[in-house]
Amino acid sequence: MADLSRTYDVLVAGGGNAALCAAISARRAGASVVVAEHAPRAMRGGNSRHTRNLRALHAGPTGVLTGSYLEEEYWDDLYRVTGGRTDEALARMCIRASEHAPAFLESCGVVFQPSLSGTLSLSRTNAFFLGGGKALVNALYRTAERLGVVILYDTEVQHIALKDGFATEAVVSHRGFPARIRFKAFIASAGGFQANRDWLRKYWGEAADNFQIRGTPYARGRVLRDLLDQGVQEVGDATQFHAVANDARAPTEDGGLAMRLDCVPFSIVVNRDGERFYDEGEDVWPKRYAIWGRLIAQQPGQMAFAITDAKARTDYLPPVFPPHAADTIAGLAAQIGLDPARLEKVVADYNAAVRPGTFSAQTLDDCRTEGLVPPKSHWARRIDTPPYYCHPLRPGITFTFLGVKVNERARIMMADGRPSANMFASGEIMSGNILGQGYLAGFGMTIGTVFGRIAGEEAAKLVRN
Amino acid sequence: MAQESETVAEARRQMEICNACRYCEGYCAVFPAMAMRRAFTAADLTHLANLCHGCKGCYHACQYAPPHPFGVNIPLTFAELRQEGYARHAWPAPMGRLFARNGTVVSLFAAAGVALALILAAALQDPAVLYAAQTGTGAFFRIIPYWLMVSLATLTFGYGVVAMAMGARNYWRETGGLGGALSPAGAGEAAVDILTMRNLGGGGHGCNDVDDGFSQRRRWLHQALFLGFMLCFAATTTGALYHHLLGWKSPHAFLSLPVELGTWGGVLMLIGAAGLMQTKIITDPGPVSRKVLGGEFAMLGLLFLIAATGLLLLALRHTGAMGVMLALHLGLVFAFFLVMPYSKMVHGLYRGIALLRNAKEKRTRPVAASA
Repeated sequence: MADLSRTYDVLVAGGGNAALCAAISARRAGASVVVAEHAPRAMRGGNSRHTRNLRALHAGPTGVLTGSYLEEEYWDDLYRVTGGRTDEALARMCIRASEHAPAFLESCGVVFQPSLSGTLSLSRTNAFFLGGGKALVNALYRTAERLGVVILYDTEVQHIALKDGFATEAVVSHRGFPARIRFKAFIASAGGFQANRDWLRKYWGEAADNFQIRGTPYARGRVLRDLLDQGVQEVGDATQFHAVANDARAPTEDGGLAMRLDCVPFSIVVNRDGERFYDEGEDVWPKRYAIWGRLIAQQPGQMAFAITDAKARTDYLPPVFPPHAADTIAGLAAQIGLDPARLEKVVADYNAAVRPGTFSAQTLDDCRTEGLVPPKSHWARRIDTPPYYCHPLRPGITFTFLGVKVNERARIMMADGRPSANMFASGEIMSGNILGQGYLAGFGMTIGTVFGRIAGEEAAKLVRN
Repeated sequence: MAQESETVAEARRQMEICNACRYCEGYCAVFPAMAMRRAFTAADLTHLANLCHGCKGCYHACQYAPPHPFGVNIPLTFAELRQEGYARHAWPAPMGRLFARNGTVVSLFAAAGVALALILAAALQDPAVLYAAQTGTGAFFRIIPYWLMVSLATLTFGYGVVAMAMGARNYWRETGGLGGALSPAGAGEAAVDILTMRNLGGGGHGCNDVDDGFSQRRRWLHQALFLGFMLCFAATTTGALYHHLLGWKSPHAFLSLPVELGTWGGVLMLIGAAGLMQTKIITDPGPVSRKVLGGEFAMLGLLFLIAATGLLLLALRHTGAMGVMLALHLGLVFAFFLVMPYSKMVHGLYRGIALLRNAKEKRTRPVAASA
């Protein structure tokens, strides 16, 4: 049984990568640390459980990364996806510190996959966790436990007692019982609010009911809301989130990575009214997957349908749920509840606009349409070989961008512009400082690791003085 | 083709989730082999299940493991699929049913074998001989006559080998064997995989023997058991060669080759079997199928007892307990030969074929589309 009568040096709210990196760093710096994880042990780890890699700067090949990936290229990539909506000083600090993130995680028992695997298009920029995020989470918890970090599962932080930017204790629900945890420093690593549908509904109305939450159902934003309500400075666009094209039949929560569909570049995608709404072949999928969730969220009924044929079946990853299939376009439309005549016309118009080219699934090929609005710029082949297939799509939300403002030492900033006396933040709860919009694959884990380490070290340093 | 079992359908459902996820591609041979396929026939699943070494890395790393509603649990599901396959491939076919109650059957066979040996020994000898200390050349054969020992050994061992070979033939037919000719490089790779049990290495750092931490414990214990078993086999073979070619009759001196091989083999078997049983007891039960546990414990127990009685026989061979100990040991050994084709022992054959096939596929089949 954990001792909740004592005063801990550091309380970490949350149980994912950002929380554990903070807890381990604080403990290694000599602080007594307690971690409050809302989920039960089996479902611990927040969204980190569903992740797979982390984006890391490196000057030359390492055991787990190929080639080199330097600050300017990293920064350019980030600038492009965020459209400049980022904090350059914080972002560059994070990018530079990312160079040391893989070695730090290795010191915590995390194992990376050797970079040899030729099939992963991200092996130059991203280091892959062997076995994925849950294996990483397991390693971090083992390390934290070995170091003497107290881990409380089924423990939700509900309120932080806060006065003039100084936090003293947390009101928690510990295995269903009300309790208080006293501390000298607080680290908020409790994630975004994406699993809080009431909150999403404030910005998205009824559409929010049609969103799938890809990750942990415990990301309900309770700590975030509590801090913002008590004068902590807000950062990031509350309506923004990272979302991908998910299988419409996925569970509404916690469906994870395998529910995403990567068939879009090899399909045409129509909405409920049978209209195409975006260039499916604009760029290679790793550069486009993160915009499709939001595109679908903006369609009527938050639904879309990827239509393809027998030719394309092996060009994308096998999906978990089999597609709808029919020998005619009209038959397919009837199955999925679209107007058959309308879908036949969309396919016919598209087929007529396809120009001859040489198809290449993995590169930007010259198969495109001409005179079609919106165009399909690559991988455009006629849809003419039955059986015809449909993968139904819904937006799958990964995390929200609204967060607490932090400085470069991970210190939480108050609305009046002063830093909090003893509160820090890491992970999704503060990623909006750097990600104003858009997303770079593996960057969430980078932010979590980098700011987790800083938050842990700073909190321990504060407690020592 | 008979109707597919629920286990086959469940394994297919899980593989289809895995094939869309692929986070485990670095752990072992199963996942790259899975990625070469987009659909999974029953034969594919049998092959993949036998390729699985049960290291449990994928279970502990799985975002869809229970209590997630998808309930992905490859080590457990594949263990049950293997067990169904062992039963299906068994020869003669009706004996396959023994796999369902494998633990009980192994125990009964062992008990029957021991009883038979003891009764024979007692019936053939008057008590004075049986309980008297026997020394010198041919001491063992004064307890159980040479002709009887050799005929029982030949019959039981011969039956075991033939039945296992027929089982392997059935497995080969069902899964399509290697699916073509294997290059020498492929055969070499498979041989290394078989001998080093690389796939019990979880991608290099070991497997999840007990919990979500990594170790090489089961790999070392299995190596000890395997090496010990082979040393004991070599001891028996050497003894036979001594007898027939050189005319040197047992018992041999402690420092003779057969006794040294048998002694160290027995010690390794004891360590391996006891260690593996202990690991099975303390391991996280999540990825373990209770259905196969009985048979696994029974087989490990039998191997342990064979080694233990062999060593005791060595220790007591100059005393009056030798007669009983010899009967016990031989009874267990003959029971083991008979039960071998209907026990976990067949896993080595099928896994060997699966590894050979995998080496072949790696060289010829492309990976299905990847992200």
